[in-house]
Amino acid sequence: MTAPNTEATRSMRTPLARVRNLGASHSGTSDFWRQRLTAVAMVLLMVPVIVVVMMLLGRNQAGAAQILGSPLVAIILLLFIIASAWHMKIGMQVVIEDYVQHETTKLVAVMANNFFSIAVALASIYAILKLSSGV
Amino acid sequence: MALSIVHRLTGVALYFGTLLLAWWLIAAASGPTAYAHVQAFTSSFLGRLIVFGYTWALLHHLLSGIRHLVWDLGYGFKASEREALTWGALIGGICLTVLLWIAAYAIGGGR
Repeated sequence: MTAPNTEATRSMRTPLARVRNLGASHSGTSDFWRQRLTAVAMVLLMVPVIVVVMMLLGRNQAGAAQILGSPLVAIILLLFIIASAWHMKIGMQVVIEDYVQHETTKLVAVMANNFFSIAVALASIYAILKLSSGV
Repeated sequence: MALSIVHRLTGVALYFGTLLLAWWLIAAASGPTAYAHVQAFTSSFLGRLIVFGYTWALLHHLLSGIRHLVWDLGYGFKASEREALTWGALIGGICLTVLLWIAAYAIGGGR
């Protein structure tokens, strides 16, 4: 019989020590890092996004569609949508975990949060891709 | 100053505000009629109020968020620095919102 030679079995850390600090989300600190990553991304994207919105003010659909479908504008908005959807999903999850104490309710709320964030992101991305393809 | 709850509240407001953003983009992709509906809403008093509130929430959350990033890096923890960062985010958010709306009206967004 060969003993499994993995890091986990060789480690002197107890199972408790390994799961400790993974927290209410059960995913450790990865969300903390991604929250900062997307935050910095949006700090960088904020000025370009404001410029794009300013360019669109007062235009009719034809004018707006032409600007939104141009490659640079579309890429800026796609990056912003991805960063913001990810950022707001994590942020809302933190809020839910802070205030919702009943485990099942929390689970449902976290799931609804995921659905909402992904749906909003996908709908926006679809719209921009449609405008970019010019149909 | 207990502004961290404002950071959280603006975050939640922006969360639901993305519906407006998605509606606007989908309308632009759908056609003139759908886009006219969005423009009718954003030109109404209520719509304009919501978009103004959204602008402030976004800019306040941005500046307040930068404040948190500064703290994450380990700076700005002295009492005076904390106060300066917090007031800076609060006043900066309001000023930027007003400036942006003046610029928006100046370039014809008020039509």
